[in-house]
Amino acid sequence: METTSTLEKTLRLIALTLVVIFFMFPIFWIFLMSFQTNETILAIPPSVIFTPTLSNYAALITGKLTTAAGTLDIAFMRNLGNSIFLSVTSVALALVLGVPAAYAFARHKFKGSEDIAFTLLSFRFAPPLLVLLPLTQYFQWLGLSDTYFGLIWVYQLICLPLILWIVRGYFEDISADVEYAYRIAGHSWFATFRKIALPLAGPGIAAAGLLAFIFAWNNFVFALVLASADKQPVTVGALAFVTSSGIQYGQIASAIVLSVTPTLALALYAQRYLVEGLSLGAVKG
Amino acid sequence: MSETALFIKGVDKFYGPIDHGVHAVKQLSMDVKKGEIIALLGSSGCGKTSTLRMVAGFEAVSRGTISLKGREVQTFAPVKRNVAMAFEGYSLYPPLTVRENIAFALKASKLSQSVVEEKVASIAKLLEIEDIMGRYPSSISGGQQQRASLGRALIRDADLHLLDEPMGQLEPQLRALLRGRIKHFIKERGLTAILVTHDQTEANALADRIAVMEGGVLQQFDTPQMIKERPANLFTGTFVGEPPMNVFSAGISGSGDTVSFGLNEGVKLDYRASDFSHEVRAELMKRSKVVLGIRPYAVRRSEGGVGAKVAVNQWLGDQTHIATDFAGGTMVLVEHDRTNLAIGENVGIRLDPSSLHVFDGESGRAISHGQELA
Repeated sequence: METTSTLEKTLRLIALTLVVIFFMFPIFWIFLMSFQTNETILAIPPSVIFTPTLSNYAALITGKLTTAAGTLDIAFMRNLGNSIFLSVTSVALALVLGVPAAYAFARHKFKGSEDIAFTLLSFRFAPPLLVLLPLTQYFQWLGLSDTYFGLIWVYQLICLPLILWIVRGYFEDISADVEYAYRIAGHSWFATFRKIALPLAGPGIAAAGLLAFIFAWNNFVFALVLASADKQPVTVGALAFVTSSGIQYGQIASAIVLSVTPTLALALYAQRYLVEGLSLGAVKG
Repeated sequence: MSETALFIKGVDKFYGPIDHGVHAVKQLSMDVKKGEIIALLGSSGCGKTSTLRMVAGFEAVSRGTISLKGREVQTFAPVKRNVAMAFEGYSLYPPLTVRENIAFALKASKLSQSVVEEKVASIAKLLEIEDIMGRYPSSISGGQQQRASLGRALIRDADLHLLDEPMGQLEPQLRALLRGRIKHFIKERGLTAILVTHDQTEANALADRIAVMEGGVLQQFDTPQMIKERPANLFTGTFVGEPPMNVFSAGISGSGDTVSFGLNEGVKLDYRASDFSHEVRAELMKRSKVVLGIRPYAVRRSEGGVGAKVAVNQWLGDQTHIATDFAGGTMVLVEHDRTNLAIGENVGIRLDPSSLHVFDGESGRAISHGQELA
């Protein structure tokens, strides 16, 4: 055990505080902005002392945006709902498809397995904009443009490779003998997958799922091109805040706060499993 | 008791394509009777673990058949074979305690809670792990994990118990104690076990018969005593026994009443023809090149013997190991008393014909052991 002096502890604390401030400040500032009107936000010099208002949140929830030029309808809550629906469904589908595939790639070396796995990964190499034009044409031809189904399908380009490759690594880290020990004790292949492989790779699956969720949530360009207003997520919906009479900073800030919340909540929830997984210790003897 | 528990017939194992991949097990055939303990003995990569895993069903059999209790199982999933296995890497389930890990093996057998508890308690006592039953695998030592893994295999009422290096991680005292206990446990219940090991002491102590493997080929499959006294070939002769058998290649010549072995550096060993049986003599005379082998404890010092020079003299507390320069090689002697031979001292060595093992100079196959044909 190394001993740490008081000086070292203090320096470490200061360094940590600086890092936390650096990363947290923009979020904190946006949080403050969401309770201010455009006038107080744009006031110079900026001040942390103001009369908080819930008008921004009220505007978002009611969908009535009042600007100098009049009242605008915005569909923010619908966008938020779309975001949640699209991300949750995409990640769920990617997990259902990707986890068994990852297990197969980790456990069974079959002809062309590496090539298939690499092809799936290569979906992540292509710049989305490059794929988008042909994709739009195909989708129109197939009648998939402007459908949730089509969007969820396209989101698999984002989620599936991510889940496949992260979870595969976790499966590979589990000693095959642990599974053999279970199988020889009188259990089928599928029971072993469910009872041994899945729980042991649980933290990895949680991490991959969370990451895929964040990527899906933050996606902008696919939804912008392939969906119309009523199916667009918050990332696209936020464009509505740029109005003819100026940019609605207060509403943007509160929209950001609202759209960060689901991801944050999910991350906090998944964290329990991530930590639990680590504390189980090494899987290998 | 003579019912066959396991019958392996003409089994080949290739890693990669058949006939082109790595040939790990070559034309293996062996039988194990019910109630027998068999040791697969060999160095790393000799094919012993591959064999065990084929029997368990974790590796596909490239060619040949494996029968358990008379039914061919080589294409069966592990779950259908009713075998138990202790893994070299322990492979305990990390989220379960040692007790749960061991009890878990009985889950499929649908025994009542009290019977399970009783069985687990007796296994824990047998393996000296009662104090760690509530702990998790990640918080106990390798030796403890190994015993837990062994317990998980032994507790099952399987047709065949496969133990892969079951005691490799244990301290010597515990290993010696558990060897005796485990053998008693297996014999008392009439279980059949195959044990994979590279430790010949373990093989000798536990097994009824030992299968010596090398390069994927079964070299000899016999009782420990026969393997030691009548090794089938040069490999078995030098692999089994500690310190290893002394071996020297020799030319052979003889007249009507003498047999002479010509070793390197002009060393000549002369024997009377009557020292060997008629059949042995006839076999020897067919060859010009042989390999002579003699166990270190059978080498005697004698005044009129062949000259050798002491290179090492070690007293190990209960025996002396003397290494000498002899005929361009090293001849090791084991004596039971402490000797005060100085390094460089000349000694006479006598190789009793009844202790000589003669192997074919080319194939390495045994020709004779002492007076008799192999």
